[in-house]
Amino acid sequence: MAVPKRKMSRSNTRHRRSQWKAVAPSLVTCANPACGAKHLPHRACPQCGQYGARANQRPVL
Amino acid sequence: MPTPKKGARLGGSPAHQRLILSNLATSLFEHGRITTTEAKARMLRPVAERLITKAKKGDLHNRRLVLRTIRDKGVVHTLFTEIAPQFAERPGGYTRITKIGPRKGDNAPMAVIELVTEPYQPKQRSKADRPAAAATETPAAPVVEEEVAEDTTAEDVLVEQVAADEVAEEGDATEAAAEDAPAEETGTADDAAEAGEAGEDADKA
Repeated sequence: MAVPKRKMSRSNTRHRRSQWKAVAPSLVTCANPACGAKHLPHRACPQCGQYGARANQRPVL
Repeated sequence: MPTPKKGARLGGSPAHQRLILSNLATSLFEHGRITTTEAKARMLRPVAERLITKAKKGDLHNRRLVLRTIRDKGVVHTLFTEIAPQFAERPGGYTRITKIGPRKGDNAPMAVIELVTEPYQPKQRSKADRPAAAATETPAAPVVEEEVAEDTTAEDVLVEQVAADEVAEEGDATEAAAEDAPAEETGTADDAAEAGEAGEDADKA
């Protein structure tokens, strides 16, 4: 079985881990005028449970 | 030899996947809408729609085929007598999947899969597609010509002779642009090269 020849240095480990970055998700405003909450795009609004554009909204939850 | 399907399997074994899908289909036809993970909803959709297509035919043979998947006779009865007539004129697309975001606990992306209950309205084919495409092509050409003109005017200030040459070039380029787009692109590239040379000449002068 292939195994690493050398111990990985703390520096290399920390360099690698310094690239693990969280990115804020891009949110959209709920099209329901009564709600207007921020939610993930292409998902139903968790606050009011509506999905879809202003013209053809439908309740999901 | 039967080849397993590509990609991940629900549950781990083929039998477990079949059971999961048949149970999901049973619940879907029983309740009309179910909340499940996105992967399960995506795999359930073709299974459920095939069952509805069989139910729309409505004969005994198709009922027996459906009973292989849905073991509950009561659910099969509602599927054949209540659900299938709703979809009589709808040519497929009987279910709808709406994503509702990740689940608490394991962050699994969840979705609602439901039977489409709205009455079927055929889409009108829009004839505006082709004229719109032609309209988008035609404004593109003048814009590029304007850019070329701006470049040449900037060079006009520097060197008169080269500018005169470029005006001739520009006339050629506009003619080429009138003919078709690719020729016009090469014309602009030539002009850009000319402009670079003109700039060098101006520096020397």
